[in-house]
Amino acid sequence: MPAADELSPALKKVSKELYLKTYRVMLQARVLEEKLASMYRGGLIVGGVFLGKGQEAVSASLGIHLRKGDIFAPLIRDQAGRMAFGDTVLDTLRTYLGSQHGSMRGRDGNIHRGKPKEGYYAMISHLGAMIPTVVGALMARRFRKETGVVGATCVGDGATSTGAFHEGLNIAAVEKVPLVLVVANNQFAYSTPSSRQYACEDLADKAIGYGVPVWRVDGTNLEDCLQKIGGAVAAAREGQGPQLVVAKLLRLVGHGEHDDGNYVDKVLKTLPENRDCLLAAREFIENQGWMTAPELDALREEFTEEIEVTAARVQREPGPDAADEEWSAISETQLIDRYPEA
Amino acid sequence: MSITYLEAIREAQAKLLKDDERVYLYGQDIGSFGGAFKATKNLAKEFPGRVLDAPLSEDAIIGTAIGAAIEGMRPIVEMQFADFSTCGLNQIVNHAATLFYRTGVECPIVVRLPFGGTPGSGPFHSQSMEALYAHYPGLVVLTPATVEDAYSMLIQASALNDPVLFCEHKFLYYHLKADALPTEALPIGKAKIARPGRDATIVTYSAMVHESIAAAEELVADGYEIEVVDLRSVKPLDTDTVLASVARTGRLLCVSEAWPWGGVAAEVLARVSTDGFDLLDAPPQRLNAKDTPVPYHPNLWSVHRPTASSIAAATRRLLEL
Repeated sequence: MPAADELSPALKKVSKELYLKTYRVMLQARVLEEKLASMYRGGLIVGGVFLGKGQEAVSASLGIHLRKGDIFAPLIRDQAGRMAFGDTVLDTLRTYLGSQHGSMRGRDGNIHRGKPKEGYYAMISHLGAMIPTVVGALMARRFRKETGVVGATCVGDGATSTGAFHEGLNIAAVEKVPLVLVVANNQFAYSTPSSRQYACEDLADKAIGYGVPVWRVDGTNLEDCLQKIGGAVAAAREGQGPQLVVAKLLRLVGHGEHDDGNYVDKVLKTLPENRDCLLAAREFIENQGWMTAPELDALREEFTEEIEVTAARVQREPGPDAADEEWSAISETQLIDRYPEA
Repeated sequence: MSITYLEAIREAQAKLLKDDERVYLYGQDIGSFGGAFKATKNLAKEFPGRVLDAPLSEDAIIGTAIGAAIEGMRPIVEMQFADFSTCGLNQIVNHAATLFYRTGVECPIVVRLPFGGTPGSGPFHSQSMEALYAHYPGLVVLTPATVEDAYSMLIQASALNDPVLFCEHKFLYYHLKADALPTEALPIGKAKIARPGRDATIVTYSAMVHESIAAAEELVADGYEIEVVDLRSVKPLDTDTVLASVARTGRLLCVSEAWPWGGVAAEVLARVSTDGFDLLDAPPQRLNAKDTPVPYHPNLWSVHRPTASSIAAATRRLLEL
């Protein structure tokens, strides 16, 4: 099966408006994540902080093409896609700080957040697990005869080695649901390089085994991401079944902020194909004459201000009170199994 | 006219499909083939598009059910054998079981688990999984022992807004018969006295209810009246009914077809020892399957699991303590 991107010569040209809108989201996510990293280093965040630096173009390009009513199950490096889909600075900070006002109420934290009833699913840590979940959600929409809906989820190169990825993509193809599965091949799964992760030449080659079209994307190039991921979302929405996107890029941070990523060969970071997508997009905007450098700097300042103010507010919010906690994992309260208090 | 335990499960699913358009069935070979045990016989024809064959992907099958449940459906999925649900374990215990606690969104899925030993089924088609799932917060684990309960508890399970592991015993599928389907049902979570008695209490569930009743009948000749409590649901576990029975008899034996380490029998003993220590006239006892994989040959299998005679022997020992 030829690559879908080769079959679609009439890919939509990316408008200035869409490009700038997506860039804004990428920048906002970057600035927010820089703040999260600083709060983590300052001991304000427990657990971990996991950043999407270098993956914003891919992630935001997916989120920006989804609509209200679609389903999105992001993974750990999708701050940009989350914000493009409607997540906020406020809820991100609340969840990282465990605020009782956050969507996870301190019961879960950091990137394990979502609002499933709004189509924004909360990932579990087990890689690949959200793929069949989105497939099932799309089956539900089909039972209800809803059309024009898309379900999207993201994984990294590491998740492609899991059974859940295999079962999930296969079942999506069998059920012919409008799934967009984005693989951000960032060359490392935690510290494990691609050479110890898979033996095929290109992860995109896996598509033929599942009978799904594939879109090969330069994850450092926002225009390419917008065009092809937009194409994949449109194809799924039009009823062409599941679409696989494989984006090539480099993770520009450690696995989490506890990890300095010193196992990544420094030469890799100097290669043009591993450039920072955000800087490349900024350069593109300047070269196109769409915004000036001072305007771009001012935009960063605007986001920094918003994030600082929100962070200060959230830090004043109370954490959950264990005495008020219901301590029940089921909704049917009459079936709660009671144990003596220790 | 009579109806088997298996037919009751089929009839319950037919009723659910008929009464609730949010219900659909998903599993391996359950469509036109009607399921490995025929628990969905003819349902694909009667309910077109709502009884779907799934690929051999237990993890993905459960995963799809969770997504569909979030979107308002009430999926019932069949694991061909309970043993294979370990391939879907991650989605059950880490996703379905945590969804409500983490997000406040309910996860009304039913996972049907044809479980338990039958002659010749061997290590991978005989297992009892209830203790494994009961260990995880966020799951309801049901173990019907009768045709009536198989029918009514499956209907009740589908109405619950939490994930349910519905453990249906394969040994009862064809043997167990009732005259008709029930019109009334006890609530989920309530145990019942399957046989009243006064000298000792046997707490058990699923197929072991019938072995235990047979053991109790055997002990009548010795002048003993043994009470048998059918738990019906292992999570939640109806401690009150168990304690009330032990209060009457003063002696407790818990019988389970599952392995001994941890598990339902151990949990019942722990609860009675903690909350009903002063009710006991003798140390509480338990009888489980042997701590090995379930053997293939009937000569081994029939000794591996508790039977009426081994339960009667264990009860005699308890009565002499």
